[in-house]
Amino acid sequence: MTLDLARWQFAIVTVFHFFFVPMTIGLAFLVAVMQTLALVRKDETWDRLSRFFGRIFLISLAVGVVTGIVLEFEFGLNWSAFSIFVGNIFGAPLAIEGLLAFFLESTFIGLWIFGRERLSPRVHLATIWLVSIGTILSAFFILAANAWMQHPVGYAVEGGQAVLTNFWALLANSTLWVSFLHTVLGALATGGALALGISIWRAHRAAADGVERAAFRRATAFAAALVLVTVVLTAIVGDFQARLMDVQEPMKMAAAEALYNTQNGASFSLLTIGNLSGQPIFQIRVPHLLSLIADLSWNGQVIGINQMQATEAARYGAGNYAPVLWLTYWSFRTMVGAGILMIAVSAWGVWLWWRKQLAASRWFRRAALAGIGLPIIANASGWIFTEAGRQPWIVYGLMQTAKGVSTVGAGDVALTTAAFVAVYTILGVLAVVLVLRAARHPFDEIGEPGDDAEPTPAPGLVY
Amino acid sequence: MATYTGLSALWFSLIGLLWAGYFFLEGFDFGVGMVSPLVSRDDTDRRLCMNAVGPVWDGNEVWLLVAGGATFAAFPLWYGLLFQGAYLALFLVVFALIARGVSFEFRGKFDDPRWRRVWDVANFAGSLVAALIWGVAFTNFVHGLPLSAAGYTGGLIGLLNPLALVGGLAALAVFAFHGSVFLSLKTSGGLMQRAQRVARVAGGAAVILLAATVAWVAAAGRPWHTLAGALPGTIPLALGALAVAALVIAALLVIRGRDGLAFAGTGAAILLTMGAVFASMYPAVIPASNGAALALTVGAAASHPYTLEVMTVVAGIFTPLVLLYQGWTYWVFRRRLQRPAAVATAAPGASGG
Repeated sequence: MTLDLARWQFAIVTVFHFFFVPMTIGLAFLVAVMQTLALVRKDETWDRLSRFFGRIFLISLAVGVVTGIVLEFEFGLNWSAFSIFVGNIFGAPLAIEGLLAFFLESTFIGLWIFGRERLSPRVHLATIWLVSIGTILSAFFILAANAWMQHPVGYAVEGGQAVLTNFWALLANSTLWVSFLHTVLGALATGGALALGISIWRAHRAAADGVERAAFRRATAFAAALVLVTVVLTAIVGDFQARLMDVQEPMKMAAAEALYNTQNGASFSLLTIGNLSGQPIFQIRVPHLLSLIADLSWNGQVIGINQMQATEAARYGAGNYAPVLWLTYWSFRTMVGAGILMIAVSAWGVWLWWRKQLAASRWFRRAALAGIGLPIIANASGWIFTEAGRQPWIVYGLMQTAKGVSTVGAGDVALTTAAFVAVYTILGVLAVVLVLRAARHPFDEIGEPGDDAEPTPAPGLVY
Repeated sequence: MATYTGLSALWFSLIGLLWAGYFFLEGFDFGVGMVSPLVSRDDTDRRLCMNAVGPVWDGNEVWLLVAGGATFAAFPLWYGLLFQGAYLALFLVVFALIARGVSFEFRGKFDDPRWRRVWDVANFAGSLVAALIWGVAFTNFVHGLPLSAAGYTGGLIGLLNPLALVGGLAALAVFAFHGSVFLSLKTSGGLMQRAQRVARVAGGAAVILLAATVAWVAAAGRPWHTLAGALPGTIPLALGALAVAALVIAALLVIRGRDGLAFAGTGAAILLTMGAVFASMYPAVIPASNGAALALTVGAAASHPYTLEVMTVVAGIFTPLVLLYQGWTYWVFRRRLQRPAAVATAAPGASGG
């Protein structure tokens, strides 16, 4: 019972945290680029746009930061046995993340928010870039820890603990580099998609004047291009990731397709109606596609779940070594599907801009607004796939999830989980309300004295 | 082996320094949050309080995250057993930090008195609960917990013993003192004067409560003092006494209006107190109140030397850099906050109660 509740709690607190993390990484970068353009070109429109998106960025950052505090403690609180087993290795990147990334991010965000009047424009611009670098470094180190759980390297097991034998191996882990690129590119696309949806909506509001329309059309084109480039790159990196996964975690590859038996030239099903156990009611299949994904060859061999089960049972002892298949199958398709739709929406936007028809298409506006949700869905389902697909392992091949849990009472875990659900629901609603409000902020007031909802503007007062 | 003991002792000390830095810095954030209702007459005053720590609170809180991460990496058993042991208490801290963390960013987003009220309360309660529980927790650590082979299993109720509650109140008073002195330094006019008045009261309470905690902990004794490497009890006691002395001096300086020096005094008191806590605990990371043998020691909890070496190199390179840019932030925002001219005389309707 404690185990199930602890798993639910971890899923809830990480997925919720990760709604905001990619948004924050993406918007920090986007705002930094806009502010750079404003300074280099001495352009007031870019300046206002950077401030406009800066407000939305700060809301996302605030929720991301406070929900991130939870995760620093969550391992020890609910996954004590796991923490003791992996601390030698897992703890190092976590501590380094704090020292290199969190300090950078949190210190320079204070300087960026409060320092507009006190720092020179160049130094102020440097602060937002340092924040952006901080968010990306943070992703790198936490993924170093996670990649080790997917594909342990540079370690030895001594006295019931995994100990580090090669720190460089930890940082050079191939799993880390592909998932880092996949995650950060996806995060840039997430911030870009939000900016795209809001910009096209602002560019066509009835209340908007000419200045505002022109500014947000520019932002629309910028965001559409950013999303198109980053999603295509995310997909290309994802393809590398899949081939690595086929070698490092073959069970996860098989579980992505619910492929029961080893096959050469395996096909990929776009969707399945009925059960996944081999007798579907209806299925759309693309021949050879799974072999192409896994092996980059037409007739490549993809190992099936049954064969992997036999291999792992022989190696680790009797037990069930397959993950929950409906979850891996559908989360994988959700991620890929959302990604493909993002490519379509952003390519449409870039094409309309190129044809100078951004203003004309009502359907594009709707698609771009709905498109804000696509990367959020893709991010969550991607992580659900990769974490659920590793099960029953918490550290692949070394420790099973059931062995990693703390010895706390189920009642305590239930209580804290319920509290998280309540608090995070409130936080989520507030974040959406505040982002909607920031998205409606009058454009001509941005950067003017008395901006913000403040009745009494004063030097040094921002909050 | 000797160098290994040295390395693990080094990391024990560094984690002590991280906690000391955390309480020094976020201590005044907590204090400002706690005394804001006492020193504020209207909404503008409350805004000034929040903005006094606005540029720095987030960076201050990272000291906690790095202390947590460093404990995870350098002493996995300490991190694992302590956190599951102090389960509900730590969750309370986490929820308190969430509430006050978002209050900074959210408060100014709607010009509505009720909305602001909610976030003022969140900031106040979050600061208070977090400070209280940290005080309770560290008093328990330095006194020792009743341990079994599975670590501490006494739950939240077991942590709320009389001694720990006095320690919790001492933390509240010390942080309120530290925070009100900080406010005296960062504000001007009536708000500054009220902060100075609150500082006098908080100073008196802090002296009495910290002295009581130090005396009680010392009188209770340390069953783990027989462990190899344990420091003589006079060292932590002397550090604790110096901390109380620093508070007394700070309280006298506040009366004389020397706020800058008084802040150095409250800060020194916090650093000395944490020095006393870690000196008293060593070589235990989780001291046992029920016999020396049950304590979890530095040697048993430490990661392998290689991890500690890697961490030492990384910390050696990057810590000075962090201290440099964090220090620079305080320099950039060194000026006192001025009350906006437009509302210098309390505007009707601006008062929120």
